[in-house]
Amino acid sequence: MSTETIPTPRSSYAPPRTRGVNWEKWGWMYMRISGLFLVILIFGHLFVNLVAGDGVRAIDFAFVAGKYSTPFWKVWDFAMLWLALIHGANGMRTLVNDYARKPLLRRVFLVAILVSTILLILLGSLVITTFDPCPAGMAASALPSFCPAP
Amino acid sequence: MSTAVLEGQPTAPAEVPSFTATLIIRRYDPEVDAEPYWQDFDVTMHGTDRVLDALHKIKWEQDGSLSFRRSCAHGVCGSDAMRINGRNRLACKTLLKDLDLSKPIYVEAIKGLPLEKDLIVDMDPFFESYKSIQPFLIASSKPEKERIQSVAQRARFDETTKCILCAACTSSCPVFWTDGQYFGPAAIVNAHRFIFDSRDEGAQVRLDILNDKEGVWRCRTTFNCTDACPRGIEVTKAIAEVKAAIIRGKA
Repeated sequence: MSTETIPTPRSSYAPPRTRGVNWEKWGWMYMRISGLFLVILIFGHLFVNLVAGDGVRAIDFAFVAGKYSTPFWKVWDFAMLWLALIHGANGMRTLVNDYARKPLLRRVFLVAILVSTILLILLGSLVITTFDPCPAGMAASALPSFCPAP
Repeated sequence: MSTAVLEGQPTAPAEVPSFTATLIIRRYDPEVDAEPYWQDFDVTMHGTDRVLDALHKIKWEQDGSLSFRRSCAHGVCGSDAMRINGRNRLACKTLLKDLDLSKPIYVEAIKGLPLEKDLIVDMDPFFESYKSIQPFLIASSKPEKERIQSVAQRARFDETTKCILCAACTSSCPVFWTDGQYFGPAAIVNAHRFIFDSRDEGAQVRLDILNDKEGVWRCRTTFNCTDACPRGIEVTKAIAEVKAAIIRGKA
């Protein structure tokens, strides 16, 4: 006994609508992975700044300057800055995609998110990489007290 | 031979207590109304009655123009999904006594699909997205003998075989409400049913279809679908399993 091959039922099969890099998939994965790191980075940041040692009273300009004198905290804050800003921007992008119905409005929002995110990342990176609590050539009165006398 | 002996006097069954239930139904007749409106109905019901019984009573005794879908009336056909007190439920599986009867019961059509009349919506977009995930067995071997499957292999997708396509999950999804482009939980549940079926060979095709901007990545895990499912399917979990399968690259 043999059976004929049954033809595939007619179905409205549409090929995948997106071609090339699947940004939606990578965006989704980025949220999960960065979220995992951010939990560690942010809670570590909060603990060191607000709980450890003298707690919140210890925070002042000297405290921040002290942290930024070590490469460890520079890398920590750098990672936190990039991961958190892209994470937040991607989240806002999905919100806009879900709720902004008008194409023009959607475009405006998406561009605004992109521009502000790039701006914030660049500014933050600039501060972290070039931070110097005692810049040379400044008047002594403008410098914090812990700077060595010129 | 022994015969059944009636012991003592037959006791009359206790009378089922009755109460008045107020239903506020969102009415809409496209030939008369410009906009849907809410209409109150008071019905005397019993503790054993369901929302569907109340709708029947209204339709048969008070207002014959009330329109709603129902077929089997026992939670299997999936015709009478509606929004009861703001939650998607089957009217035939929701007992009145389980609702807060001190307040009126709000009944309206499911959201996100075009409203046609009263509690009836156009289900075509829902079934279109169901069809597009190819909800049938794709196998290259000829169906000459049984396709043997172990108990464990069958159990893998047992949960999602329970779907009755009532659209309660899809029409409870806030992402589906936005523009209706999202495949919706029901289509993904039915894709899951075949993706994880050991007899099926089309898993990759379905994963490719759902690996899309409007596919599983639009799921925001709000769990509305799991809450809405009258069959108790953990819909959000099924969607998460499809996401994981896409990332793995295979079922």
